[in-house]
Amino acid sequence: MNEKIKFSIDGKECTADKGTNLVDAAKANGIYIPTLCHLEGVKPAGSCRICNVKINGRFMTACTTEVAQGMVIENNTAEIQELRNIIVETLFVSGNHFCPACEKSGNCDLQALGYRFKMMVPRFPYEFEEKLVDAESPKIFIDRNRCILCKRCVRSIKSKDGKSIFAIKGRGHKAMINIDHELANRMTDEEAQNAMDTCPVGSILRKERGYLDPIGRRKFDRQPIGSEIEQAIK
Amino acid sequence: MEQKITIEPVTRVEGHGKVTIYIDDEGNVSQSRLHIVEFRGFERFVQGRPYWEAPVLVQRLCGICPVSHHLAAAKALDVIVGAGTGEGLTPTGEKMRRLMHYGQMFQSHALHFFHLVSPDLLFGIDADPAIRNIIGVARKFPDLAVQGVMMRKFGQEIIKATAGKKIHGTGAIPGGINKHLTQEEKDSFINGPDPLNIDKMISWSEEAVNFLKSYHKENKDFIDNFAVFPSNHLSLVRKDGALDLYHGVLRAVDSEGNKILHDVDYQDYLKYINEEVRSWSYMKFPFLTEYGKKNGWYRVGPLARLNTCEFIPTPLAQKEFEEFKAYTKGKPNNMSMHMHWARLIELLHAAEMMKELLNDPDLMQGELVIKGKKQNEGVGLIEAPRGTLFHHYRINEHDQIEMANLIVSTTNNNEPMNVAVNHAARQFMTGQKKITEGMMNAVEVAIRAYDPCLSCATHALGQMPLEITLMDKEGNVIDKART
Repeated sequence: MNEKIKFSIDGKECTADKGTNLVDAAKANGIYIPTLCHLEGVKPAGSCRICNVKINGRFMTACTTEVAQGMVIENNTAEIQELRNIIVETLFVSGNHFCPACEKSGNCDLQALGYRFKMMVPRFPYEFEEKLVDAESPKIFIDRNRCILCKRCVRSIKSKDGKSIFAIKGRGHKAMINIDHELANRMTDEEAQNAMDTCPVGSILRKERGYLDPIGRRKFDRQPIGSEIEQAIK
Repeated sequence: MEQKITIEPVTRVEGHGKVTIYIDDEGNVSQSRLHIVEFRGFERFVQGRPYWEAPVLVQRLCGICPVSHHLAAAKALDVIVGAGTGEGLTPTGEKMRRLMHYGQMFQSHALHFFHLVSPDLLFGIDADPAIRNIIGVARKFPDLAVQGVMMRKFGQEIIKATAGKKIHGTGAIPGGINKHLTQEEKDSFINGPDPLNIDKMISWSEEAVNFLKSYHKENKDFIDNFAVFPSNHLSLVRKDGALDLYHGVLRAVDSEGNKILHDVDYQDYLKYINEEVRSWSYMKFPFLTEYGKKNGWYRVGPLARLNTCEFIPTPLAQKEFEEFKAYTKGKPNNMSMHMHWARLIELLHAAEMMKELLNDPDLMQGELVIKGKKQNEGVGLIEAPRGTLFHHYRINEHDQIEMANLIVSTTNNNEPMNVAVNHAARQFMTGQKKITEGMMNAVEVAIRAYDPCLSCATHALGQMPLEITLMDKEGNVIDKART
């Protein structure tokens, strides 16, 4: 039997298995810690920083931190919320997230967080950088204007022989997602769909399948992001 | 000394426009122009986007008639995905789109007539602008105003049930539609509590036609003589000559009713239609290539549609159509204000079509999408509320749009609107020493007959934000006034 750890989030007494990261530990106790780059079952990267919480007075990313006995975690405070708002707004202005025409609208984690955080307009100026699209693969379309460099695809989408289909090219400000066309050309429909579903935004699209989900039946039409966790345990 | 009068912005019309009118030394209108001063750029920025995005992206051109753009783009993409044109879709795909389109036609025509045009008719074109608006209508004719609002609401609800949202939905996808009509939706439209049910919409549409006919009887001189001029008329018609707002072949008749474009396949529109660029407007001037720039321009919209079609395939609208045609002894009707009469007959037709479709079981079951052999190019045409709308896309081998050409209804009506403005200006301003607000509104009335929309119209609530500038030949401002 797994060893149980006791800790608190925003004053609520919680328990979780030893070795669990804070995102999953919070989830097990009905508390939602927002994530973008985190993907269940994949080694956390801590790259988006949206899951920042305060542990014993210090900011730490929840997805990369294991729960420990007696941890005092702040999650839903004004200070942390403001930090998360800034991150979401920064992601919006650093790309070109044109939700009205994006086929991922309603299924997009970033958009859903924007709604959850009641973001009306970003406070920062748009960068409007020229970012190229990559349409060469027969099954998937890459729109780098919407990429938030979360590396979910890099970490989780592999070919049958375990090779990475996606990679980051360049560094810092010039970093961008790249695709191995040779491997991508061999992707099946299911693999292409999985790549699209893995992307938390509308950067990886499965070709010729856009808007199949009618409005009202999309993921976040049915349930706002995080509410399924919060409603599961009250 | 020649004077130049500028009306800017033109109110209760779609988008941003201005009118300039030149008056010579004798007080005669020597020239008038309607300038479209906004630039949108959609044809350019869809380049490089995946083709299936076009119906959702391009509909953002408009907030009043997005469904028309949504469907015209989807129809062009039907060709690209190998689903063919019009009748190539599954019954569910085609009928759901038709329902969406007739809902759109219904709400847009109701908006056009009740919200934007009725103030001119009910209060007079030279009435105080403070009351000559929809709020004024609501105060003095509350039943009529409620009718207009509820009819528009019904159409919007139909759009929501078929496209997912009242404005800028996603229902039409290449090769079909993404949803069925649910039993609950069907029941609400057929058996909904008054007034939001289809039978009420049909009876209100009949009342609207009768209202206009009575108004016509009492104001014959104005309705029959305002901005009357001969022109060609162009629209889609069904292959058997019936009025069809969703799909058909392209037909044009001249002012005498002779066919000058013989029911051609719109995939070949470039063979028949050309566009002229003039230095003073961002909007092009289309014309029938065979007849040239001078004689080939044409009208589109409700008046043109009733001039090109031979019958209307719903009984109540057909009865009204017969009366409409009898008024001009079967010849094409060239009276600008009769555009409203034609529009209301189409409103009635749209209501009848919605009822027919709502009772069709195909809407609630069956395949939604069909695809075939992919093509790299497709053209989609539809009769939007204001007239024929062309969408043309070409894609590359990576599924990206590399060329888009849109000829929108307003563009098709560019020359007729200029001619109508000229007629109104001559009729109301010639020999006048003082240019009044009523005279300026007369010019706007001419434009509104063709193309009013809400985007600008909202500015007109309570006050008409018109500016008039009198200038001499050298461009020096002599006088300026704001009504």
